[in-house]
Amino acid sequence: MANPLLKIEDLHAAVQGKEILRGIDLAVGAGEVHAIMGPNGSGKSTLAGVLAGRDSYEVTAGRVTYAGQDLLEMAPEDRASAGVFLAFQYPVEIPGVGNLYFLRAALNAQRRQRGEEELDAADFLQLAKKRMKLLEMDDTLTRRAVNEGFSGGEKKRNEIFQMAMLEPKLAILDETDSGLDIDALKVVAQGVNALRDAQRAMLVITHYQRLLNYIVPDYVHVLAAGRIVKSGGKELALELEEKGYGWLEPEAAAV
Amino acid sequence: MPTPVASVEDLALQEYKYGFVTDIEAETIPRGLNEDIIRLISAKKQEPAFMLAWRLRAYQQWLKMREPKWANVQYPPIDYQNIIYYAAPKKKTDGPKSLEEVDPELLATYEKLGVPLKERAILAGVAVDAVFDSVSVATTFKEKLASLGIIFCSFSEAVREHPDLVEKYLGSVVPYTDNFFATLNSAVFSDGSFCYVPKGVRCPMELSTYFRINSQDTGQFERTLIIADEGASVSYLEGCTAPKRDSNQLHAAVVELVALDQATIKYSTVQNWYPGDREGRGGIYNFVTKRGKCQGRASKISWTQVETGSAITWKYPSCILMGDDSVGEFYSVAVTKHRQQADTGTKMIHLGKNTRSTIVSKGISAGFGQNTYRGAVRIHKNAGGARNYSQCDSLLIGDRCGAHTFPVLEVKNKTARIEHEASTSRIGEDQLFYCRQRGLSTEDAVSMIVNGFCKEVFRELPMEFAVEAQKLLSVSLEGSVG
Repeated sequence: MANPLLKIEDLHAAVQGKEILRGIDLAVGAGEVHAIMGPNGSGKSTLAGVLAGRDSYEVTAGRVTYAGQDLLEMAPEDRASAGVFLAFQYPVEIPGVGNLYFLRAALNAQRRQRGEEELDAADFLQLAKKRMKLLEMDDTLTRRAVNEGFSGGEKKRNEIFQMAMLEPKLAILDETDSGLDIDALKVVAQGVNALRDAQRAMLVITHYQRLLNYIVPDYVHVLAAGRIVKSGGKELALELEEKGYGWLEPEAAAV
Repeated sequence: MPTPVASVEDLALQEYKYGFVTDIEAETIPRGLNEDIIRLISAKKQEPAFMLAWRLRAYQQWLKMREPKWANVQYPPIDYQNIIYYAAPKKKTDGPKSLEEVDPELLATYEKLGVPLKERAILAGVAVDAVFDSVSVATTFKEKLASLGIIFCSFSEAVREHPDLVEKYLGSVVPYTDNFFATLNSAVFSDGSFCYVPKGVRCPMELSTYFRINSQDTGQFERTLIIADEGASVSYLEGCTAPKRDSNQLHAAVVELVALDQATIKYSTVQNWYPGDREGRGGIYNFVTKRGKCQGRASKISWTQVETGSAITWKYPSCILMGDDSVGEFYSVAVTKHRQQADTGTKMIHLGKNTRSTIVSKGISAGFGQNTYRGAVRIHKNAGGARNYSQCDSLLIGDRCGAHTFPVLEVKNKTARIEHEASTSRIGEDQLFYCRQRGLSTEDAVSMIVNGFCKEVFRELPMEFAVEAQKLLSVSLEGSVG
């Protein structure tokens, strides 16, 4: 890849002094879907958090280039405006703040930052309706406060809805499948697939292979003990499903 | 990793925007308090004899009283002999007869405060009674209101023009013996607003008073009395600001509301007196007694307050639910930052049958702010079928502030139904990060989270003031995120 959208080089990061990421290298091109798999504690969510700019992670070494910019130097809101979207593993509740109100404020903040015109209420609503249709969502979720009282599945769907509205260039899905039953999983995956296009890159982080039956990745990477220990095509995921992560442990230890 | 531009902490620590002093010659009287001062105040206001007698009785009572110490607030002793008890803008003639005659400096002050005195008032449909220091300056919309029989004027004018109404209702809800600060107010009150809505009349516009403390070392002691006669309804808003000064100023107001059969009074306050600086220098001591009496059957009194200012707030807008089926409501947002202290809440006294009350209190603390909710719900033994719902939520910003809750329930009738809910939460890094990941700045995120937290209260405010309250909250919390 000559100029990948996202280029991670020798990334090291620590949480409260404990090193979690120990040298990640990864290149993601526009339009590509990469799955990051790995056992618990391998550093998957840390990677997502570091890319989105969460404070609690300390980058100790390495570089991340996003669309030609030094991503690690950017504030979280600037990363968002530049097209980085994180679908949270645990979406946060904001009581009293309407879901659509929140989303419109977010979208317009991003547009202002990019020097684009803000959407007025009518245009925004029209867009929201279109996206809801695309994701086959009904509008009950949009009338409530942000994630307040949502079930696990509703929260995840709401994340995908936000992604559809904000139209990111790089979407990072952090264990979007966790806590979902198979029906909810299908709905979410359907939404994600509807948003796949040649311009949009996705980083799908998951513990289980089953999500990848529905969101079929172009590449699969296995993360173990803070490093990518194996990369391959979508069939790698099936191999993992069959053998578990155990067989990769020696390789993890070797690197 | 970049450090966030602003922490929640820094967001609230913004300078006071309304801290300008208006250069107007003020007519004051000597410092201190004694019977002669009270006689002087009464004489300046050309009051009838009953008023002076009432003041003097209050003064004698006050001499026997001690300043209350039970509130969860700390401040150095107040020297009551070092306060100027009366300050009025010096009159050039006999007093303004219309807006054109009002001192342009004064009008400019109101302009800066955003008081809708002129055309803006008409657009907003607001009738303003503006109190500058102690004297009411101009009252708008008087004629239109008069055509409906509504009396809306300064308290002094009411004492002169409608002494019978004043004599009948003054002290009927907050007697001059009530408490240290209310008693002091009864002795020395200088002005305030008066409103009487006659039988069956629904006041067609929001009535509004804007208070501003200008002169240095003056105490402000307004007195407000609102009476809604049978079947009448009125919505009243008071807004308050004060200039920045290093010394503390005392504000001890009294508000009395009386609702007769099936009358409704809605009283909303947006208070942003000068809160003092980061180190706690200066700021208003806001020791206020507000109480409403639902005297008539099926009457209703609703208090809504947004308190962002004052160094110390001590205030419990309360309802006495006398009439059967009467309703009391209290919706409150109190913000403390820097070294601000607020001890606020309400009392709901259920005396009549099937009386209902609702309490929704939202306390927000930032910096070193201390926020206390203090509430009492009393169900009298004859108050069969009484109901109360209370909800007290606290939101903490940063880790050096405090939230305290002291609810008291006293139930003497076993048919009563009472619910109490309380919560304390913190604006979490998780919430902030979530908002920022979606593209919102830290400031906007805090403002949004706080406004969401206060939503149940804001929706009780009249529309135009709800917007103002939201802005005020954002401004007062700027720089407080950490």
